[in-house]
This record gives sequence, C-alpha cells and structure tokens, in this order.
Amino acid sequence: MTSGNPVEARQDQQFSDHESMLRFEHVTVRFDEEMALNDVSFDVRRGETRIILGAAGSGKSVLLKAAIGLVPVASGKVFLFDQPATNLPEAEMFAIRSKVGMAFQESALFDSMTIAQNVAYPLLNQPSIRRKPDEARARVKEALEFVELGDTLQKFPSELSGGMRRRAAIARAVVAKPPLLLYDSPTAGLDPITAHTIIELIIKERDLDSTTALVVTHRYQDGSLVANFRYNSHSGLLDPFREATSTRFMVMREGKLIFEGDQDELEASRDPYIDKFVKHAD
Amino acid sequence: MFDFLKGPVLAIQEFYLLFGSALRNLFRKPHYWDDVLIQMDTIGVGSVWLTSLTGFFSGAVMALQMGHALAQYGQTGRTGQVVSIILVRELGPALTALMVAGRNASGIASELGSMKVTEQIDAMRALGTDPIQKLVTPRMIATAAMLPALTVIADLIGMFGGFIVGYYIYALQPREYWSTTWKALVWSDVAEGLLKPFIFAFVISLVGCYYGLRTSGGTQGVGRATTQAVVTSSLLIFVLTFFITKFFVSQSPQ
Repeated sequence: MTSGNPVEARQDQQFSDHESMLRFEHVTVRFDEEMALNDVSFDVRRGETRIILGAAGSGKSVLLKAAIGLVPVASGKVFLFDQPATNLPEAEMFAIRSKVGMAFQESALFDSMTIAQNVAYPLLNQPSIRRKPDEARARVKEALEFVELGDTLQKFPSELSGGMRRRAAIARAVVAKPPLLLYDSPTAGLDPITAHTIIELIIKERDLDSTTALVVTHRYQDGSLVANFRYNSHSGLLDPFREATSTRFMVMREGKLIFEGDQDELEASRDPYIDKFVKHAD
Repeated sequence: MFDFLKGPVLAIQEFYLLFGSALRNLFRKPHYWDDVLIQMDTIGVGSVWLTSLTGFFSGAVMALQMGHALAQYGQTGRTGQVVSIILVRELGPALTALMVAGRNASGIASELGSMKVTEQIDAMRALGTDPIQKLVTPRMIATAAMLPALTVIADLIGMFGGFIVGYYIYALQPREYWSTTWKALVWSDVAEGLLKPFIFAFVISLVGCYYGLRTSGGTQGVGRATTQAVVTSSLLIFVLTFFITKFFVSQSPQ
C-alpha cells in the first residue's frame, strides 16, 4: 500500500504526530429511551491503534457510527481531525468522511456490484477524493492485491466466503488511503484462522501506512495480536514486537467507557467485567 | 393522553420529509441516470406482462357482465362504450397500480430493507453518497415514467379483451365495438386516466422506499417492511382513487 508517487500519497500528510484524529467529549447517544452511549470521552492521537472491547450491545459499534455521524449525538461533542463534527448536515459530513475508512461488521458490500465496483465506489463517488476511472482502476487493483484478493475483481459479493468479503471490505476502506480507519468487529463470526488473517491485514495496513485505527472487537486475542506484533515487509510475516504507547485498549459496558489504558493496565485490572475478557481469551 | 397518536404523526412527518428530499434531489447533482434506467427496466418492462394480463382479463370480464346486463335493454352494442369508460377512468389505473404495488412496492421495500439491515445504507453514507439521491429518487422517477405507460397499455389490451368477448360471445361487429369504444372517450377521461397512475407512482415508490429505509430487526424486519409497503400502498391507491374521481366528477358538466 505504500507508494513513492506524490499523487498516491496518504491523505494525512497535513497531520502532525500529536494531532488528535478523533476526540469524543462527553458524548451521549440515545435510541428512543435507550442510552446507547453514555457520557463517553476519549482522544485518539495520530498513529495510535485503539482496541475497543465489550460485550454485544455495549455500544462499541454505535461509538464508531457516532464518530462519523451515522447516528445522531444527543449531547456532547465529536471532533474529527480537530474539527467539530457533531451532528453536521449530511453534505458537510461527506467531505469529512472521505478522510475516514470504515469496514462494517458484516462487510456491507453492495450486493448488486462486483468486488471491483465496490472497492472503486469511494474513488468514484466521494467528490473530495474523486479519481478518473483509469486511476481508480489501478488503485482498486492495488487495494485488492493488498488484501490478497487480486483475482476477484469481477466476482459478486455473494460468490465470496465470509472471510473474503471482510477482506474486500477492508480493501474498500483503505482504497482512498484515509488517515483514519474504523474496523467494526472485523473478526466476528469467523473461524480462528480467518480471524487471524484479518488481524494480520490490520497490522500490515497499520505498519505499512502508519494509519490511525479503531478496532472494535469482543476478542481480547485480536487486540493482543495488534499490540504485540508488527508486520515484516521483507518476510511478509508478523514479528513479535511491542511498542509501549501505540496500541491502547478501551472497554465498553452498557454504553459507558469503563476502561482506557495500555495492555499492562488492562491485564492488571481487577474489574470482574474486564477480567472476564482478558481471562477468557486464554 | 394522545401518546397513541405520536407514532402515526411521526410516520407521516418522516414520509413527507422523504418525499421532500426525493423531489429536491430532482434538481440537485449528482443524478444517477443509470439507476433510473435500470429501475425503469425492472419496474416498467418487468411488469408489462403482469399488467397486460390484468388489463386483458378485467376488460374481458367487464364486457361479459356488461354485455349480459345491456342485452336486457337491447343495448349490447354499447358494451365497448362502457368497457372503455370504466377501464380508462377507473379500473385501468387502479388495477395496474395495485399490480405494480404488489410487485414493486414489495420489491423496493425488501431490497432497501435488506440493504438497511446489512448496513449497506450506512456504508453508502460513509462512502459519500446520499441514499435518498441514489436509491429513492431514481425509483420515484422510474415509477412516475413507467406507471402511466403501463396503464395505457393495460387500457388498450383491456379494450381488446372486451372486444374478444363482444365478438365471440355477443356477436358484436368489430366496427361497431371499436367505434363506440373510441367515441365514448373524451379528453377529461384521458386526463383522469393518466393523472391517477402518475400520482399512484409516487405513492408506490415512496411507500416502498419509506418502509425499506426504516427497516429494523433483521430478516424478520424485512418481511414486515415488505408487507407494510404493499398494504399501505394498496390502501392509499383506493383512497386516492376516490378523491381524484370525486374531483373529476365535480369538474364534469351535468
């Protein structure tokens, strides 16, 4: 995914290392009477990977959707790239969302389009990053080769396995080289080998393109893998490595953010709910 | 006290907002003409056989009943006249719209509903596309263009169905049948016969889209949305038929 071509350079060249990529300030999201997010605050800096753990219904996916304005925020403020992004009109959000890639839980590939058309979609439909068809085609091929699906260009999503669809969704999320990536339960419902492949891709993307990412998951081992391994571009494999501050964990429970810290702090936690996630991963 | 009214009032408000957005998008870029053509093919061309058969048999049945009734007054020759007026003014638009509602309001609701529950609508928004612009407006344009055309085809084939019955059962002469059929119609009948399907097209497409886009609750929710779309659009077709007919009746000279 890296490229020396200045035209193909990442969209995040303008961001400094300490710049906030996503900030929540006391964000609350309600669906009717139900509180999906309750007074959630955090700040993700450039280059960080956030692992968001939590049981089903704890508000993890809602948090990602609130970040890019897919669900309305009842109170509090959301900042994307240090710019206010709370309940903006949809037309204004389109420009901001073009800098964010999101891989949805069930892939959310468009059934009526081929994999190539799905992956090309952001490059042909987002006004701020629109590319000419030839240029888009080359980027699509590159993105699909990155996820090792280079031979599926003309296939439809229904012709792919669940794991392949997730990889195609990741290709669609990274095709425009956004500076911020949101992965919503990328390993949910997958067998352990396929889940490992998906996490490998997330690590590869992070290490080759220095992407900031939020990864929602209910599997602690996914986060542990991200925190303790890096991609070796020479061997194409993962090497054990631990960089103290780049991977941080968050734990959600019933819409509340109950933990934020690094892996050591997470493992040292005495909270029985957190303990359940960490212990059950073994 | 009036809590039970909140749901319906909110639904009407959301429906009007969808209608307003879909109409506004007619004058805003981008326009998805490829999608309009695909929908015209699906909704229009795909429904031709269904609406043609409906038209043929409704015309035939009407001729059968009317020919029998008019024979008592020695007026069998007027069968074509009655068939054409009822078909063009009432049955053609209503039955064609009901068939298209059954086939396409359900199709639209289930397609959009499936997209909603599989997060494809969210993905569309995340990827910089307004789902109303991309999904609702093309379906609205396509239905508004195709339903009046389907109605005209159904009317003509219905008249032919009436002719077959008149010719073979009541021994009407072709010239007699077609001349009374033609002469019976005035411009206001044609206007009424075209205005109705044009209005019904908005009802069918927007009701289908509305229920599709508000689907929740997985595959069960998709089934529910599909049923609601067909029931609501069919009901609205009958209600609107009454009011449009009433308007044209009040406008016609005594």
